[in-house]
Amino acid sequence: MKSAPFDYYAPQTLEAAVALLSRFDREGVDAKILAGGQSLLPMLAMRVARPQVLIDLGKVSGLDYIRQERDTIAIGAMTSKRSAEDSSLVRDRQPLFHAATKLIGHQQIRNRGSVGGSFAHADPASEYAAVAVAQDMQIKVFGPDGERLIPASEFFVSYMTTSMAGTEVLTEVRMPVLPTGSGWAIQEFARRKGDFALAGVAVTLRRANGLCADVRISAFGVSATAVRFPAAEAMLRGQAPSPELFARAAAAARESLDEPMNDIHASADYRRQLVKVLTGRCLAEAASRAA
Amino acid sequence: MMTKQRTRITVNGLRYEREVEPRLTLADFLRHELHLGGTHVGCEHGVCGTCTVLVNGRSARACLTLALQADGTEVTTVEALRDRATGQLHPIQQAFVDEHGLQCGFCTPGFLMTTLELLRDNPDPSDAEITEALGGNMCRCTGYQSIVASVRLAARRLRETHGA
Repeated sequence: MKSAPFDYYAPQTLEAAVALLSRFDREGVDAKILAGGQSLLPMLAMRVARPQVLIDLGKVSGLDYIRQERDTIAIGAMTSKRSAEDSSLVRDRQPLFHAATKLIGHQQIRNRGSVGGSFAHADPASEYAAVAVAQDMQIKVFGPDGERLIPASEFFVSYMTTSMAGTEVLTEVRMPVLPTGSGWAIQEFARRKGDFALAGVAVTLRRANGLCADVRISAFGVSATAVRFPAAEAMLRGQAPSPELFARAAAAARESLDEPMNDIHASADYRRQLVKVLTGRCLAEAASRAA
Repeated sequence: MMTKQRTRITVNGLRYEREVEPRLTLADFLRHELHLGGTHVGCEHGVCGTCTVLVNGRSARACLTLALQADGTEVTTVEALRDRATGQLHPIQQAFVDEHGLQCGFCTPGFLMTTLELLRDNPDPSDAEITEALGGNMCRCTGYQSIVASVRLAARRLRETHGA
């Protein structure tokens, strides 16, 4: 379980990192960005990935921050998940992202694993991806042509695949603060705490005049990317919350799952069932929190 | 390919400087370069937790950290627990002895280091908090109950020592 050999660079600036990526891209050398390494290093150890070059962002300053910019929370790519977990700003203003963080791996992993790394890695079981697509998060990347913002809905393309170019570096994730009075919930099912979820669901909703409003439901661990459930969301909009309504919406979420993953960990049918059960539970939990 | 590079790491208060292959993990650096065998290596891909050390005071899997990534950091390993002058075990180690928190001992260094971080952050953890904190460490002997009891005992003794 030792990694294959690779060359290692630790640039001190983003510009230098992008210059290295561009050079290796031109030369046809397989170079990868190393952030916290908590997903990449296991892949190297198992030789699922064998890049020729690692470019470590650990020496690049200015990528470790959590700050509020009006109604947005901006988190630097190299901020550890532990920092997000310990942040009162994240806990108070984007509690769904905070709860998602606590579901990731174990303390040792969250101490070193970066927020940006999880997005760039794009694992189908990523809790962050489900929060991102449902909360209209934006991902900031920096490349040879400068900076650009990618909406989460366009960022995650497929298994471990994003719409970032090979010469771009993820620098920041941006999330709207959760509107006051919003209810939220995230639940997942994993064989052991900290394992990859077989399926998970994230929900936010508000109540307007006692009726469900701004309902957002997404799932992770079931398809190539996190998925949203517009049909189930539409069933709830403008309706009075009730266990029967939530059960119908959960069934709709299950039905709209198009060919979920089917592997040794769980069958497609089992994942469908988990999505239904977790959606129902998350809707009830979120509604109980909504003002 | 694989040009050796310099890394400077402070381990248990001593500064070391070595030229290492980029693929060398911190775990192998500690064991093979510094001959500190207390940090054990189990799965080598971040699942078992036996290689847990503290990096800048935070628990980390030494198998998921490159020695080059640890450049400039302060690393604490299980060797730092025992009092060098008196040879006395650290209260956490003594609690694991007293509550039978180990049998074969292979996983123990990781549990000890995880517990060290836990009790610094939270001197009076509930059983649920102990279980949560130890979730990233595997033990195939004890069934975990005696480990939880060990951590509970260590927490109590450390609180008494510090008058908390």
